[in-house]
Formats: sequence, C-alpha cells, structure tokens
Amino acid sequence: MDLLLLAGAPALPLDEAGKYVAGAYIVFVLLLVIYVSIMAAKLQRMERELRELAGFAENRANGEAAAPEREEVSA
Amino acid sequence: MYGKGLRPLSIATVVAIAAAFSLVFFYAPLDADQGFIQKIFYLHVPLAIVALVGFVVGGVFAILHLRSSDRRWDAYSYVSIHMSVIFGVAVLITGSIWAKASWGHWWVWNEPTLVSFLIVFLMYATYYPFRYAIEDPERQARYASVFAVTAGAFVPLNFMAVRMAQSLVHPRVFATTNGGLPGSMMLTFLACLTAVALLWVTLVKFELTAKSTSGQIKRLRRALDAPAPGAGSRIAPEVS
Amino acid sequence: MTPSRTAFATILTKDLRAELRTLQSLPAMALFATTTFVIFRFGLDRTSLSGSLAAGVLWATLLFAALLGVNRLFVAEREEGGFDAIRLAPIDRSALFAAKATALFAYLLVLELVVVPIFALFFLGSAAALPPLLAVLVLADLGLAATGTLISSMAVHSRARDLLGPLVLLPLVVPLMIAATGATEPLLAVGGPGYHRFGTWLAVLSLYDLIFGLVGYAVFDFLLED
Repeated sequence: MDLLLLAGAPALPLDEAGKYVAGAYIVFVLLLVIYVSIMAAKLQRMERELRELAGFAENRANGEAAAPEREEVSA
Repeated sequence: MYGKGLRPLSIATVVAIAAAFSLVFFYAPLDADQGFIQKIFYLHVPLAIVALVGFVVGGVFAILHLRSSDRRWDAYSYVSIHMSVIFGVAVLITGSIWAKASWGHWWVWNEPTLVSFLIVFLMYATYYPFRYAIEDPERQARYASVFAVTAGAFVPLNFMAVRMAQSLVHPRVFATTNGGLPGSMMLTFLACLTAVALLWVTLVKFELTAKSTSGQIKRLRRALDAPAPGAGSRIAPEVS
Repeated sequence: MTPSRTAFATILTKDLRAELRTLQSLPAMALFATTTFVIFRFGLDRTSLSGSLAAGVLWATLLFAALLGVNRLFVAEREEGGFDAIRLAPIDRSALFAAKATALFAYLLVLELVVVPIFALFFLGSAAALPPLLAVLVLADLGLAATGTLISSMAVHSRARDLLGPLVLLPLVVPLMIAATGATEPLLAVGGPGYHRFGTWLAVLSLYDLIFGLVGYAVFDFLLED
C-alpha cells in the first residue's frame, strides 16, 4: 500500500533535483547567516552603549575627585 | 550567567552540522523512489521536529512561570517560542521546495504534516501582536504564558484533526514496505536531528545571553543615572 | 451551595438577564449571519448548496458571527470593574470562567437556533439534516465557548482588543472547524444525510471541548492575579 503511494512522487533527474536540494540547504544557511548578522548588529550596539556608559562613569568619578577641591575654595 | 558554556556549545553545534551534512551527501544512499530530492528530508524533518519540541518547551517554561511568578521563566518561554517560529519559517520554505520538487507545486494541501505545521505556525505567529498589545509588563508576561500553554495543548489536537481530514494519506517517509528506514538513512537522519537540536539550543542560549547583557547595561545605566537612549523593546521580556 | 457555585450562578444570571434586557449582541449576530449567507449566494453564484460547500458556508458564517459575540463578552466586566469584584471575592476565580463560557455557549446556541433554519431555507432542499446537525452544533459550541472565553478575557485588557481576539482565536479553532465541517459535510449531502465518520468527528469535537475546557479552567486563576 505504501509503495503504491510512494510511487506518486516521481524521481527527478539528478541535475534538476540537485537545484532543489541545493536550494533547500542554501535557504537554511541563509537564514542562519541572517540571524548571525542581526546578532552581530545587536552586539555592536551593546558595545557602543557600554563604551558610552564607561565614559559617563569615568567623568562622574573625575568630577567627584575635582568637586571636593572646589568646595574648599568656596568655603 | 547565560553566556557560560556558550563557546563549547557553539563548537559542538558546528561540528555536528558539518558531520551531519557530510553524512547526507557522502554516506546516505540514494532513495529508490524519490531520488536525490529525498535529501531535503534530512533537513526539513529535523527542523520541523525541533521547532515543534521547541514550542512544547516554551509551554513548559510558561507553566513554570505561572507557578513561580519568576520572570526568568517568561524570558525562556519567549525565546523558545521565538526561536521555534524562526525555525518554522525554515520548515515551511524547505517544505515548499520539497513539494515543488516532488509534486510540481510550491504548495500542496494533501500533505497533512506540512499543513498542520502551517496552522501551528500561524497560531504562534499571533504570539507577537498578542504580547505587543498588552502594555503592562507583568500582565504581558502572565498572558503570554497562558497563550503558550493554550497553544501547546493545541499542537497535538491540530495534527490529529488535519491528519483525519485527509482521505489520502501522504507517503510516510519512515514507513516503507520494508517497514522502516534502512540503517544508513536512519543514522544520517539521527545525526541531522542531533545537529539541528544542538543548533536550536545554542541559538536560544545566544538570545538569552544577549538579553541578559542588554538587561545588565540597563541596570548600569539606571545605577549611574545616565540618560537612556530610547525606549526598550515593548514585547521582548527583559532579562537581568 | 458553595460560594463558588453561588458566584457562578449569579454571574451567569446577570449576564443572561443583561443580554435579554438590552439584546445587544444576539440580534446583531443573527443579522450579520443572514447577510453573510446572502453574500455567499452571490459570491459563489449558487442558489442551493450541498455537501462540503454547504458545510463550509455554514461553519464559516457561524464562526465569524461567533467572533462578534466573543468580542463583547468581557467588555462590561472591563468597564464596570467586574474583574476587581471577582478578585476580591473569596471564591474560586474559575467560577467566572465557567459562568462566562456558559453564557457564551447559550448565546451561540440561540444564535444557531435562529440562523441554521434560515440557512436551510436559503440553501438546503430539506430539513432532514437539522436534527443530527444539532449534536454537532452543541459540541462545537462548547469548544467555541471555552476558547472564546479564554482568549476574550485576555484580549479585553489589550489595546486593539477587537482585532486581537479574532486574530488569536481563529487559528486556535481550526481543529474544531475541521471536525465540525467533517461531520456536517455528509449530513448535507445531496441524497440525504449521511453519517460517514460521524461518530469519529463527534469524538474529536468532544476531545477538543474537554482539553480546552480544562485548560481554560486551570489557567483562569492566573489571568485574574494582580
């Protein structure tokens, strides 16, 4: 019974079939690459934000170091 | 720490995929009936199985979230479903290519598994607008979990109903008149299944790590009282 | 009577009485269904229907009319603080689910008691199929009531609630529709009602009702937390 139904799907010649098989595997790889690219973009953004925050934190630290001196002068 | 173990996992995944694809093209024998087209099956079916398991896993995480109210489970649930939807896109595209190669049409309605998968995909595709439409974050997480549980219960029912609607059963690749896949094909198939499953886990871990890092940055920003660059994602749960 | 059962009865009677008094949803749903039949008559260019075409037209119309009713199910609760009342009461919150689902079931049944004879009048040669069809309608309505109540109770708290309810509900009820049309198609066959796989499809409908009734009942508590 199964063999009868399986016969409904004829085999294509190798060169034609090859295109479809290649297509399927290429789609898979493509999706993977797209995903990795999106991840890479996210990572870049995060790196930029961290750099910004690090700069901000450093400025704050320097600012605090400078502020006590100013206090003494005004008093 | 979500990033822990990510590198060995990634390496294992790459190795597994390379090994699996090699088996597909250099080891597995040519199918007597479908010819070279049958090679698509080594990619399409593992993708489908992993996607469906991923949806169920998302449902399990959702149950854990509802019972514990720990938002981490919601993040796991969201990422699981998200990844399975992406894998689902791959399933439908490769399935369509298989349909075109096997029956000459880019879509066929008489392949019950593919049709069932389409319906499941459409169901989970509504997960995003659903989350997006609920503004309160805590409520969004709770309702999303209810969705994930409901959709999880829906999956087996759907497959059953669609299969029953077919009067002509599509050839099951696993059952031939010999009563099963020949050993070499089965080995290749299992290798592909392992590789795709590893890929899913790795990518989920990747996403969670990215989310966690993003959450830490937000934390840092708040602690430093630094100005925020803009509103965060409305639908993706935060991880911290 | 336990407090939960009292709450169930109270909510149910309140809903049914409100609907009877104001008649907001039901006439609109019935009118919508009837006009949809007319659209199908012209769209398909058919004056009589049988078999799968009849089953399809009937169930598609009933489904879309039901979506109208589902949208309105929790609007009153949302606007008048019914959810808060339930939350504060020392009862099983799932009583709200049971009451609302029962009310929705009642609306759907009444809708069908009006609309299905109209369908028979418009498109069917005889009414012989109607009695067995009732069994299919009842089981399908149970499923629609369970899933409709569950989804609607969440959609009502969202923006764009009129869109979200149908959007999420439609794929969810596909198995239900498959079973309902599967059972209906032979009933509406040209030569008279047939019962090919009738029992099987009814079993599928019952399974669907059971699963989503249980799921709805189990998760409803979590929906009302705050």
